[in-house]
Amino acid sequence: MNDQSNIQPKIQVRDVAKSFGRKVVLDGIDLDVGVGESVVIIGGSGTGKSVMLKSILGLLTPDRGSIKIDGQEVIGMSTADREDVNHQFGMLFQGAALFDSLPVWENVSFGLLAEKRCDRGEAKEIAIQKLAQVGMNADVADLMPAELSGGMQKRVGLARAIASDPKIIFFDEPTTGLDPIMADVINDLIVKVTREVGATALSITHDMASARKIANRIAMLYEGKIIWQGPVNDIDHSGNEHVDQFIHGRAEGPIQMSIRA
Amino acid sequence: MNPLQAIGRVFLKFLATTGRLLTFMASGISHAVRPPFYPRIILRQMIDIGYYSLPVVGLTAVFAGMVLALQSYTGFSRFSAEGAIANVVVLSITRELGPVLAGLMVAGRIGASLAAEIGTMRVTEQIDALTTLSTNPMKYLVAPRLVAGIAMFPLLVLVADIIGVFGGYLVAVYKLGFNPANYLQNTWDFLTAEDVNSGLVKAAVFGFIVTLMGCYHGYNSKGGAQGVGRATTNAVVSASILILCSDYILTEMFFAK
Repeated sequence: MNDQSNIQPKIQVRDVAKSFGRKVVLDGIDLDVGVGESVVIIGGSGTGKSVMLKSILGLLTPDRGSIKIDGQEVIGMSTADREDVNHQFGMLFQGAALFDSLPVWENVSFGLLAEKRCDRGEAKEIAIQKLAQVGMNADVADLMPAELSGGMQKRVGLARAIASDPKIIFFDEPTTGLDPIMADVINDLIVKVTREVGATALSITHDMASARKIANRIAMLYEGKIIWQGPVNDIDHSGNEHVDQFIHGRAEGPIQMSIRA
Repeated sequence: MNPLQAIGRVFLKFLATTGRLLTFMASGISHAVRPPFYPRIILRQMIDIGYYSLPVVGLTAVFAGMVLALQSYTGFSRFSAEGAIANVVVLSITRELGPVLAGLMVAGRIGASLAAEIGTMRVTEQIDALTTLSTNPMKYLVAPRLVAGIAMFPLLVLVADIIGVFGGYLVAVYKLGFNPANYLQNTWDFLTAEDVNSGLVKAAVFGFIVTLMGCYHGYNSKGGAQGVGRATTNAVVSASILILCSDYILTEMFFAK
């Protein structure tokens, strides 16, 4: 593992816990993501991956713990300060979450327009440029999201996530619901654009092929805790039974499938 | 289970829901009066709520006016008070039927579509996406719709008033054989500004209720397609009930002497 004791991590999560009713979803999470690093969190469905991501994004407030972005505590921040912090975020949602009332180009440049960084004419040019970065030509700019296939929507979502040159990009199950070829295309794009933008990346997934491709470091979440983390090359000899069961996709092993979400 | 416990639980749930709704309402209003504003979205919602509701509201109003004239004729002719028909029609339409019928019809049309649209945005994470793109969803989604609702409902009701009175005129003149000039004169003589104004104030309140209920239920929907369906139903039902309740309260405020 990288020695980061004297370098300030981009994202620092300490002892974060979150329960919904009686169900404990996160039970004291500690995680550091270094500047420019790509960390992938793996774990089965319902292990709290999304809740953790949403806590860092500020869409959910944890019950306890601390989350620091660039050393700045974001829990308990005022809404206005929080919005300033969020300016440096980009996020690719699982279902792309494109705004279906807006054409593709307005989706891509939505954040730029919201922050009034440019006028509508420039915004369209930037959108076309970002679409080119994810391998789409200018013709799609005027289409509506509903006219695109799932993989193409993901690409537009990726273009939207990088449009405002974010410092941190979050990927929520980037390959879920895609065929293996399109999944690989998206993985390649993620690696490429993250490098181009020079961003720190935090992803959650249960697709091991994707995790191996985009991660520098992998952390495994199980029962609300991070049970293992290490460089991507160590994943095959982690010495952890839970990790082995997960990466080989075996039904038999210490991990029991939880029934309730 | 202890029956007291059950009552207590229902009561607490009611209080919690009311609290959530009031917080949502306060947040929506506060975002509606503070910049940034979204004029393009407000305009689009105004066209959707105002212009595209005209056929529904117009048809409702014309038939309400016609039925009103016909029914009051059957009643009033028994004691030779046919002359009061113009009066009954114009007062009922402007004070009550215009705002309430238009409100209920538009609650079905707009309340349902708002709840379904915003609910779908919720379950497909589009609302979360707004937040991550430096846009407050209350400001971007809810506030413009509240403003458009409050602004457009009175205009719709004004149209409904005119068409409703015209419906009554059609039946009175062409079916019941009234003299057109006399009927219009009677209508005009009985009408006061207060009748119309009270109806328009009601309309603004109903517009607020319909858009608020649509947004609230959509915004808080969860659980996929079924959740959106439930949100739509709840939006229409709660908006309709609140329209009828607040109609009574407003009538009491305007006309109880």
